[in-house]
Amino acid sequence: MHSCLIVDDSKVIRKVARRILEDFSFDIDEAGDGQQALDRCGSAMPDVILLDWNMPVMGGLQFLQNLRARPAEKRPTVIFCTTENDMEHIRAAMDAGADEYIMKPFDREIIKAKLEQVGLI
Amino acid sequence: MTAPASPFPRPAARCAAAGAAPALRPVTAAPPRSFPVYADLCARYSGLKFSEEKSYLLEARLSAIMRREGCADLDALAAALAKDPSRLEPDIAEALLNNETFFFRDRAPFDELQASVLPRLKAARSAERRLRIWSAACSTGQEPYSLSMMFAEERASWHGWGIEILGTDLSRSALTRARSGLYTQFEVQRGLSTHRLLQHFTKEGERWRLKNDIRSRVRFLPRNLMHPLPGGECFDIIFARNVLMYFGRERKAEVLARLRTALAPDGVIILGAAETLFGFQDLFRPAAGSRGYYSPTLDITRTAICPDSRGTVHPARGEHRESPIAFPTPNQRV
Ligand SMILES: C[S@@+](CC[C@H](N)C(=O)[O-])C[C@H]1O[C@@H](n2cnc3c(N)ncnc32)[C@H](O)[C@@H]1O
Repeated sequence: MHSCLIVDDSKVIRKVARRILEDFSFDIDEAGDGQQALDRCGSAMPDVILLDWNMPVMGGLQFLQNLRARPAEKRPTVIFCTTENDMEHIRAAMDAGADEYIMKPFDREIIKAKLEQVGLI
Repeated sequence: MTAPASPFPRPAARCAAAGAAPALRPVTAAPPRSFPVYADLCARYSGLKFSEEKSYLLEARLSAIMRREGCADLDALAAALAKDPSRLEPDIAEALLNNETFFFRDRAPFDELQASVLPRLKAARSAERRLRIWSAACSTGQEPYSLSMMFAEERASWHGWGIEILGTDLSRSALTRARSGLYTQFEVQRGLSTHRLLQHFTKEGERWRLKNDIRSRVRFLPRNLMHPLPGGECFDIIFARNVLMYFGRERKAEVLARLRTALAPDGVIILGAAETLFGFQDLFRPAAGSRGYYSPTLDITRTAICPDSRGTVHPARGEHRESPIAFPTPNQRV
């Protein structure tokens, strides 16, 4: 079973994403901002991180830069999942080390397609 | 085509009166009385086998046409169809088709192509340096464009080759969308990696446009697989995915026999993930090691058309034939 950390400041989005990912047999943990997510990764590194862009305290891009700069045994797959849908944001995310990028609104089909894309299902 | 007589007592004028919303039906409603009209139209026009259990799809797929024609329900639309078949038949038959598709669908066939089929054909065609690929029910274009992206990504290794990709479909509206190369956010997120999205698309408003180098390798033509082929065509690879499954056995046999005449003896035909050619072993045999890939069985009569005498076969007089491919430049260089 793969583990997934859902990082989003919206409780509703976390709940929707959790429901979809649990259907694909992922173990889920949640964080409401980038700082919380870094703390979670410090204690247990997930296999995949679903990451929002705009969040209080620490945004998604900054979290990702921090995460990739950190020495770690395991390199988690990071999939951005955000309403930012222009090429500049997408490029910046990929340059910072994201593996995939989902433009909201998402649904089951898109989550499935992207998880297949990164070889997790 | 002759107009089928209307089996409905209601006058067609009913249509004009119908701005009113159609009455709500229970989900388990019996097929409308006009069901046989639609089933017959599909069988004749596209070959689609429309069973009664699927009759619930009629209302959803025809709602836009019903609104446009001012028809309150399916029976009223059937009556309008009887009055003006030449205008309404294509619209209705096409609206009833399933156009579902996505980029790099099922992935495996594309990986297989890259890993074994293309290297083999590349060696076999090294003298003429030309490859012809046909996506025989391409819908809105994702399948032929996925192929075009693959060739673009291997540009250096295909340098100097003429790569021709033909996409055909019965649905005119699907082809219009295919030609535009414009896709929604939803469509570009299914099957396409973000890496490919950035490499091959530009953003236009809320939609995504494929770049010219990907589009220019693909030609689109309307073509109904129920009709004889133009003749004189020879393809190295034919994609016929997720279309044969809509035909009944007889139609499937006809279409397969037709596709075979347009396939090079050492070419391959590729079916959808859930499809097989079980029962058609006289025409095709599974290609070794590749799921969903089939090669033609040997047939000496066939070589008269393919590959030697391209362009020399003419349709019999009076027979309707689809138009042959017309690539503006004989060799579209990668
Ligand atoms: C489900 S889509 C498959 C698209 C693509 N090949 C794929 O696998 O993703 C089926 C397509 O077949 C087309 N089609 C159905 N009957 C046809 C016929 N008789 N001649 C040509 N195309 C047909 C439909 O218009 C539709 O676009």
